[in-house]
Amino acid sequence: MTEKDLSLISHLMRRAGFGASREEIESYASKDYEEIVEDLLNPERFPEYDTDMVSRYMQGTLVGDSLAEAQAAWMLRMAYSPRPLEERMTLFWHHVFASGWNKHEHVPVCTNQIETFRKYCMSDMQTILIELSKDPLMVGWLDNSENHRDAPNENYAREIMELFSMGVGNYSENDIKEAARAFTGWTMTQCIPLYPFGSYSPRFKFRADDHDYGEKTFLGETGNLDGYDIVDIIVKQPATARFIARHLYNFFVADEPQVPAWNIQPPGDPSAVDLLSKTFAESKGDLREVLRVLFNADFFKNARFKKIKSPVDLVVGTVKIAGTHKIPQPSTEGLAAATKLMGQALMDAPTVEGWHTGHEWVDSGTLTERVNFATNHMANIASPGIQDIIARIKSNGPNISPEVFLDSCLDLMGPIEIDETTRSSLMVFANQAGGLMFGDGESDADSSDKIRQMLQLVVSSPEYQFA
Amino acid sequence: MAIISKSPVLVVVQLSGGNDFMNTVVPFTNGIYHDSRKSLAVREEDTLPLNDQLAWNPVAAPLKELYDKGNVAIVQGIGYENQNRSHFRGMDIWHTCEPDKIVTQGWLGKAMKEIDPNGENVVTGVSFGQGLPRAMVAPGVPVTSVSDLDTFGVMSGIGAREQRDTALKIFERMYTPAIGLGVVSDYLAQTGTNALASADILSTVPGNYTSTVEYASNPISKSLRDVARVHLSGLGTRVFYTQHGGYDTHATQLAVHPRLLGDLSRAIMDFFQDLRDHNASEEVVMLVFTEFGRRIKDNGSGTDHGSGGGAFIIGDRVKGGLYGQYPSLESDQLVNGEDLGYNVDFRSVYSTLLEQWMSLDPIPIVNGRYDQLNPFMD
Repeated sequence: MTEKDLSLISHLMRRAGFGASREEIESYASKDYEEIVEDLLNPERFPEYDTDMVSRYMQGTLVGDSLAEAQAAWMLRMAYSPRPLEERMTLFWHHVFASGWNKHEHVPVCTNQIETFRKYCMSDMQTILIELSKDPLMVGWLDNSENHRDAPNENYAREIMELFSMGVGNYSENDIKEAARAFTGWTMTQCIPLYPFGSYSPRFKFRADDHDYGEKTFLGETGNLDGYDIVDIIVKQPATARFIARHLYNFFVADEPQVPAWNIQPPGDPSAVDLLSKTFAESKGDLREVLRVLFNADFFKNARFKKIKSPVDLVVGTVKIAGTHKIPQPSTEGLAAATKLMGQALMDAPTVEGWHTGHEWVDSGTLTERVNFATNHMANIASPGIQDIIARIKSNGPNISPEVFLDSCLDLMGPIEIDETTRSSLMVFANQAGGLMFGDGESDADSSDKIRQMLQLVVSSPEYQFA
Repeated sequence: MAIISKSPVLVVVQLSGGNDFMNTVVPFTNGIYHDSRKSLAVREEDTLPLNDQLAWNPVAAPLKELYDKGNVAIVQGIGYENQNRSHFRGMDIWHTCEPDKIVTQGWLGKAMKEIDPNGENVVTGVSFGQGLPRAMVAPGVPVTSVSDLDTFGVMSGIGAREQRDTALKIFERMYTPAIGLGVVSDYLAQTGTNALASADILSTVPGNYTSTVEYASNPISKSLRDVARVHLSGLGTRVFYTQHGGYDTHATQLAVHPRLLGDLSRAIMDFFQDLRDHNASEEVVMLVFTEFGRRIKDNGSGTDHGSGGGAFIIGDRVKGGLYGQYPSLESDQLVNGEDLGYNVDFRSVYSTLLEQWMSLDPIPIVNGRYDQLNPFMD
């Protein structure tokens, strides 16, 4: 196993998952890259994440009355699920189909949506858009429950095209009106009261008596169209293939401009988006096929540290390095508050337009939050991930030079690649520390503390903001 | 031109989602309004009339009080040609003054570039809330974005003084702007440098503030209290930005919109009272805007995206009253056959604020010459 392999696997796991410890990377490295990708693409080869611990220690997740607990519980699943890409793709759809708690303030309907995304995340676009259109949170969030035969509400019809499949400029205002008619009667059941049975998500319900069975013309096709037909027609559009391809590129490979610019600004790597788009069209929107092509492409393999981490990436990635919260702690809920302060509250998008990504994640306020969270999270030497890093460095002892001290930390945290300015800055600390010395209890403790400080500095670096 | 002794300050409040202007300033004697808003019309007997045709929504009583004192200019029928009903694009257009192309610079970012060309004061512009609005962005313009004023500071969690000092020195060095690293890395370096500087400056703010005004505990009150705290600290901030979300009232508008409008009105009232108590209100003008108005006809539960809407300019130096025309509700006057039209271009309002309040040349900032209003006292 070469250093190059480790670096590539580490990159794959940062993008297709949420990072990996050195131990995990070493175990992946017994397989070829293509086999690791196949494992990721076929999550059913691995056991499902066991939610038992989360249920026991975070009982709010059972009652469904705490958004913060639900958010934190999802982040633990991202960190420790044996099926990393399943969680990553669940997050992908949540990112594209941004919706949120803040409209109805009902947690189970939000977690129910995430479960739906998880179940269908690597299926095909047809299934995904139908499940989305029936999802109770989406039905409420974009008011399809208010879309009646005699009083159509255009909200969902507009956004399924503008934000969820084709992007602006590929349909007319009239197409919106006709699609709205086709989705009339797609509503949900009433929520049952919280007591005595606890809180449950409402379910999808089709009300034939409230559905408009009249003739409609949508994107050139005429007939007694319903929601299924609308989705069929949408999935066939080249604009949809391109839109989802670009979303996947933006999410997994490198930052693109914000979504509304897509009909004006060409992709940063047009041939990559063309390839993904072509694969999408040829496979009739099979997400697994598109992802297989993506992860095996050179444009993906070469895109290391080119993408600004989302707040969730930063928090979950840091948790993974420190190896914390494998069993929920009283502080676990704080992970939710952390991403929120950085501008990304899971299951609670600010508006229908979702989140602005790339460098827009970072401003002076959110950068401060990112740096503070990461340095605080590296503060505890007892954390299992930090203990592991210390043990691995110590095994190369007893005397470690300042250069090796820095390089070992960077290597074991990723490997993380840094530029010259950052290297010379971190070397100031490494030199000041005079390298590391292991031997007796006192020097071990002293060296451990120096490693802890170096890890804190590395996670505050500019490079650590990139995945 | 308004004459004041202190440097003028602009506070921008963005109502995200598309505030329903017709249920904010209500054409309460207009039959078409009541016919179109079968489920949502504000009842005539509940309204707070400001003349024989228009009335405030009753939840906006604090705004009415400010209006009656002559401090509120209502800009009626604000918008632009071929208004975009998308939230995304709509807001982008308001932020950048570019209806036809996507650009990265915002109008306030460009204004700050004029106010502080060398970016000497990192708190010339301060934004509260999650994320930096594009309106505040321009290359080389430092903007401080604050999510929580009370815990703001780089590595504030490292307790040991000596370790924190070392860490901050290394942080400063790592984020030193260097040549040839690419746009995003440059941006990151500048942002890190600014974060250090602004944290130093803003750390003094919470300790310096006392007030007898009790703000409500909701997001917009918290944000405007933070604006007041920073303004009262006299750090030279000239542009403040904050956002109030939730105005996309497609459904259950009767439950949602009055709460938001009520919170907003009370927060604005408290904010100006706070400034007045500290003799610091005269130099402040507030612009309240939203990306579009909502559909004239309700959908049974809420209102869909529309076009023309309304904005407010508020302050002690403002000449209160009605500006522009209330858009006609007659069917032959509507945009898209169903929306209110506009008669005041939003860039006219920006130009007015930039030239008459901030003493800046508006033409390069809003990309053209637009007729101005006269909303300020002489």
